[in-house]
Amino acid sequence: MGTIPNPVDGEDIHEEVREETRVGDKTSATGTGKTPGKKRRTASGSASQAKNFLSSPGASLVAIVIAALWTLPTIGLLVTSFREQRDINNTGWWTSFTNPGSYTLENYQAALRPGDSASMVDYFVNSIVIVLPAVLLPLLLASLAAYAFAWIDFPGRNWLFVAVFALQIVPLQVALVPLLRLYTDAGVEGTYWTVWISHTIFALPLAVFLIHNFMKEIPASLMEAARVDGAGHVRIFFQLLMPLIGPALASFGIFQFLWVWNDLLVSLVFLGGTPDVAPITVRIAELSGSRGSAWHVLSAGAFISMIVPVAVFLGLQRYFVRGLLAGGLKG
Amino acid sequence: MATVKFDNATRVYPGNDSPSVDQLNIDIEDGEFLVLVGPSGCGKSTSLRMLAGLEEVNDGKIWIGDRDVTDLSPKDRDVAMVFQNYALYPHMSVAENMGFALKIAGEDKAQIRERVEEAAKILDLTQFLDRKPKALSGGQRQRVAMGRAIVRSPQVFLMDEPLSNLDAKLRVQTRTQIASLQRRLGVTTVYVTHDQVEAMTMGDRVALLKDGILQQCDSPRRMYDHPDNVFVAGFIGSPAMNLVSTPVVDGGVDFGTTTLQVERDALAEAGSRVIVGIRPEDVELTSEGDGMAIVVDVVEELGADAYIYGSAEDAAQVDSGEDDDGVKPFIARVDGRRPPRKGETIYIKPQEGHLHVFNAESGHRIGH
Repeated sequence: MGTIPNPVDGEDIHEEVREETRVGDKTSATGTGKTPGKKRRTASGSASQAKNFLSSPGASLVAIVIAALWTLPTIGLLVTSFREQRDINNTGWWTSFTNPGSYTLENYQAALRPGDSASMVDYFVNSIVIVLPAVLLPLLLASLAAYAFAWIDFPGRNWLFVAVFALQIVPLQVALVPLLRLYTDAGVEGTYWTVWISHTIFALPLAVFLIHNFMKEIPASLMEAARVDGAGHVRIFFQLLMPLIGPALASFGIFQFLWVWNDLLVSLVFLGGTPDVAPITVRIAELSGSRGSAWHVLSAGAFISMIVPVAVFLGLQRYFVRGLLAGGLKG
Repeated sequence: MATVKFDNATRVYPGNDSPSVDQLNIDIEDGEFLVLVGPSGCGKSTSLRMLAGLEEVNDGKIWIGDRDVTDLSPKDRDVAMVFQNYALYPHMSVAENMGFALKIAGEDKAQIRERVEEAAKILDLTQFLDRKPKALSGGQRQRVAMGRAIVRSPQVFLMDEPLSNLDAKLRVQTRTQIASLQRRLGVTTVYVTHDQVEAMTMGDRVALLKDGILQQCDSPRRMYDHPDNVFVAGFIGSPAMNLVSTPVVDGGVDFGTTTLQVERDALAEAGSRVIVGIRPEDVELTSEGDGMAIVVDVVEELGADAYIYGSAEDAAQVDSGEDDDGVKPFIARVDGRRPPRKGETIYIKPQEGHLHVFNAESGHRIGH
């Protein structure tokens, strides 16, 4: 029909299978083999049950409580970051509501002032330098691989795809030591390359899988039309598919961004704590550890490091939701 | 503009034993409108896709003009295709959709714009050129898909059931538009449909396929008047031809209480039974004792005509190979002003010269 299938048009299906929900549950619980059609209906049935359950007043109340509990530390951090160093060291942040001391921007100035011993600007820049290639590289490589898996027929395609998908079970953490050895042999230890490469290779399996599923949803006739129109693989990929898989790229991009931005372990192992390469997470960990007294800078710095992912998330969240639904419902 | 030639073209899908298209031989003339028709799974779309280059040809050759295109990729064949679901690029405007092929071919912008506008004028799309496909109605999208093909002025148009996503009224309208557009442009066209009415009304010639094998390729008139076999007889025409298996008797074939005259020579190799075919409009009502007795089950009154759906008492309808299940009724067209009543028993026989006789075993046509 010229548009990509709307991923959220399952609404009427929900209605239709509501009665079937119980039966469906039983089947999925026992896990007996059923036809794909049956399975899909079952899945929607449980989905509608879950939807009903999750939108009930009780569930809403629980959700609000959980949200409040989880936001509390953040609010504490925010309040702390504006208090004066003396107040921070003497009283808890909650006392500032009943007994308002003086608020100040001093902490942020200290954290952001270049050249200051407490400055975080360098680390902040390091974080950005690390995160951009570590997000863009896997996105580019994974979409190229996903295109091949989805739309180029080559021998062993399915086996290779399963193999790539299976690689997901290897966590980055178990590979830290072997990787470090390889990097040292190659002479790139302590450079950005180590984190860029590490994050890229361990992001690829999931990225390939997600983007492949999304690409597979695009009707084959679009690609065929383009081929008849004279387009080759490169043109089909860049001019036809790239614009269409935007949501998938955005949603995976957010995941990868959050993961890399918040990563401490990988950077700590491969980059160490040197100010010219270490990211902001390493610095914050350092502050709370060795310099436990610098609470004022820590709170401001931590808040600065939180702002970026929040901004990215809010900026891309509409793609995020769309992308996840698109991959999930029709996958 | 070019001729198209399928030369023993065969396609076997991997994992299948039997070919989906089996040694297809069709010669399509320059500027001809050829319709490939058949029930679903008969290989008609596969044949078209083989011509487009989207499907591999396992055996045989395909020619466009004097070029052997069997192993060429789609982009080197100079064909344009209209897809069943239109396959418009969703993120491009109508004008970009139509100009995409030209842009790839490296035409300059002014030239592209000019040709797109020209095609848009023909198809009445000028006011929609800046819209995205999702802002168009089904019929408009269909026209954009046509426009995308026209803009390129290719050697061959390929159309894969382009009307099946339109509603009934629009389909009839667009049917004539496409046919007249094709005559005007004079571009060789191969059109796939499962709808025999579409095939009969649009095509210069119709090629009927079944299970990957070409049954008959002829003008619509010829297909209708001289079906080569039982399958063609049953597929072409609506309502379908009545096909009755009857024994061969001395001097002809047995038909209820009478004997229908059939040339003796023709029947010589037929064996003891044949299949006779009578189109509903070739049925003549007779009086009792003359012809076959039919009990009227349903009478459909259409004003000028009426169709009788009945069951024959002493002869079973033959399945022509289509996937209709259940017992097929005997259908006869009668005068709409004096139709028989439900439950009545009538006697019928074929009008003179309108009898089709087929070999009961091979299904091939016997005689004239």
